[in-house]
Amino acid sequence: MNAPILWIAVPFLVGGGILFLLRERYAAWLGGGTAALLALIALVIPIDTALLLGPVSLKIAPSIQILGRSFELNTADGPLLAIIYGLAALWLFGTEASGTANRFVSLGLMIVALLTASIAVEPFLYAALLLEMAAMLVVPMLVPPDQKAGRGVVRFLIYQTFAMPFILFSGWMLAGVEASPGDLGTTIQAGVMLSLGFAFLFAIFPLYNWVPLLMEEASPYATGFLLWALPTFTTIFALDFLDRYTWLRTTPQLTNAIRFAGVFMVASGGIFASLQRHIGRILGYAAITEAGLLLLIIGLGSSEIINLTFLILIPRGLELVVWALAIAIIKGRIQSLRFADVQGLARSYPVAVSSLILAHLAMSGFPLLAGFPSRFALWQQIAEGSLALSFWVFLGMFGLLIAAIRTLAVFVMAKEDAKWEWNESWVQTIMLGLGVIGLFILGLFPQALQPFLSNLAPLFEHLGQ
Amino acid sequence: MVTDTVSWIAVGLALITSTAILISRDWRVSLGALAVQYLAAFWLVTRHLPLAMGSVKLIAGWMVIATLGMTRLSLMNLEQQEEDAFFPRGQWFRIALMGIVVLVAAGSAPRIEAAIPGLGLPIIAGSLLLIGGGVAHLGITSDLLRVILGLLTMLAGFEILYAAVESAILVTGLLAAVNLGLGILGSYLLIAGSSPLENEDEL
Repeated sequence: MNAPILWIAVPFLVGGGILFLLRERYAAWLGGGTAALLALIALVIPIDTALLLGPVSLKIAPSIQILGRSFELNTADGPLLAIIYGLAALWLFGTEASGTANRFVSLGLMIVALLTASIAVEPFLYAALLLEMAAMLVVPMLVPPDQKAGRGVVRFLIYQTFAMPFILFSGWMLAGVEASPGDLGTTIQAGVMLSLGFAFLFAIFPLYNWVPLLMEEASPYATGFLLWALPTFTTIFALDFLDRYTWLRTTPQLTNAIRFAGVFMVASGGIFASLQRHIGRILGYAAITEAGLLLLIIGLGSSEIINLTFLILIPRGLELVVWALAIAIIKGRIQSLRFADVQGLARSYPVAVSSLILAHLAMSGFPLLAGFPSRFALWQQIAEGSLALSFWVFLGMFGLLIAAIRTLAVFVMAKEDAKWEWNESWVQTIMLGLGVIGLFILGLFPQALQPFLSNLAPLFEHLGQ
Repeated sequence: MVTDTVSWIAVGLALITSTAILISRDWRVSLGALAVQYLAAFWLVTRHLPLAMGSVKLIAGWMVIATLGMTRLSLMNLEQQEEDAFFPRGQWFRIALMGIVVLVAAGSAPRIEAAIPGLGLPIIAGSLLLIGGGVAHLGITSDLLRVILGLLTMLAGFEILYAAVESAILVTGLLAAVNLGLGILGSYLLIAGSSPLENEDEL
């Protein structure tokens, strides 16, 4: 048994099999089941450690050689794999309730497999190529065969493709910087190249214009998945860069730039979200705000960088899946997601609407919900350093809160004689209900994440020290 | 000496083909120019990579062109729409744009050669011309086929430069996969929404 085969090749092949062989009815269960099983294996069986099960000795080898380069998943990657495939399972099971076609499940599994390969590949900067391939696989998910591609998809494809050359080339230049750290010219060039690459990948202002466009023109569930998957792996990729190149962590100009970009994204995302009249676009801006928070954490250079990052990343997956699923259920019955069209829907879709609002509040950092512990910890870090930063982050979060209140107001503006109905199916109700319970559990008992967080630190040798 | 001369001819071809892709109204001319462009890129790539690895790029590029060409051929109803909406004017603007790209490439190639010795001036010049041509193309079009052509041109330029600094087989393979993926994606996006589905199962 080999870890890269188990967590990269197997899901990729299962995804391909579902695409070509399976009907929609079973796709969600098989895809979700595969992801859940892989998460369970990652949680229970340590990589590169022999286990004796009666007379059978079981050991998952950590690496495999492909075309002269190795793909490695070590013992430290176990908790990360469990988180990734656990969250992927939520998204894939959710397709059953969202009514998304089986292409979501198959492509979703293949995308997660490619993104996992981006963690495993050595040298790690080749991950840029795998991220690009994953981004290309997202496109058929966003554009069904009967729909023309919109501007958002085209911009997404262009920006992701632009990112790859910048990162690959900067990786080559960084090696030169390591060899001669005193060469200021090369250092600046490498820094600029790297920053541009990650600006495209992270969709940093003003390169995030495709996000709200996609939320309008594509399936909200597929776009939600994209907004979960790519930033998550981009963050891990960015942490890898920081971990391996000391000068990246110690250059104040670079960390300042990252911090400034993060704050700008948080503030602009929150403010723009509060001004929207389309519930899909609000989700897009909320995701932008969260990406900004991740950048801010990276830019703070705190000793708690790993804990803070994953304290945001794990609940983020749950918040996005609940929010996107609720929007997908609502969109299944109405023409558009504009405020004028969703007005009064709280009485006809009470479960979907309440789940949507709770997920939105969780992302705003509302107390008792999943987003609160990470925001609280982040506030402490920011407030110690700068009140100005705290103000702008507060403004962004406040913008998200205003957007949540406006959305709630629109949803409950029903005609007085409108009756309460229950239009969600049982599957939809159960899945949303479980998601909301998860949001409360992560908000009330954040220590539930502690076993994962404490085991993630060995992934990055130098960060947080 | 002969090799250098051929390299400069390849740079000239890269310039002509990227200009042709930028100003041509006819998708057949654009795809033909892209095919020649891959030939020029192949020559420049093989200055630093073995012939077999360079061939991978050439074959992958031509496969992309075949895929896009066959798809576009089956969508003849787009002909009128494209001519009306996209290319009735602005040829001189595009030529001027390419002129700027040439000036930038001519200005920066010697400086890059000085900063990274050993790459070779024709390699850098050819690469910058293609990257610039591709980016310029992406800046002025929203047509799906032309966006894909712009991305492929930009990637071809990058691959020439990157081949000079990185010769890993895995990178060559993954870059070929990215090129093929872009071609297949372009075909899919061209087909998507152009014809009604035959039955509900396809949804």
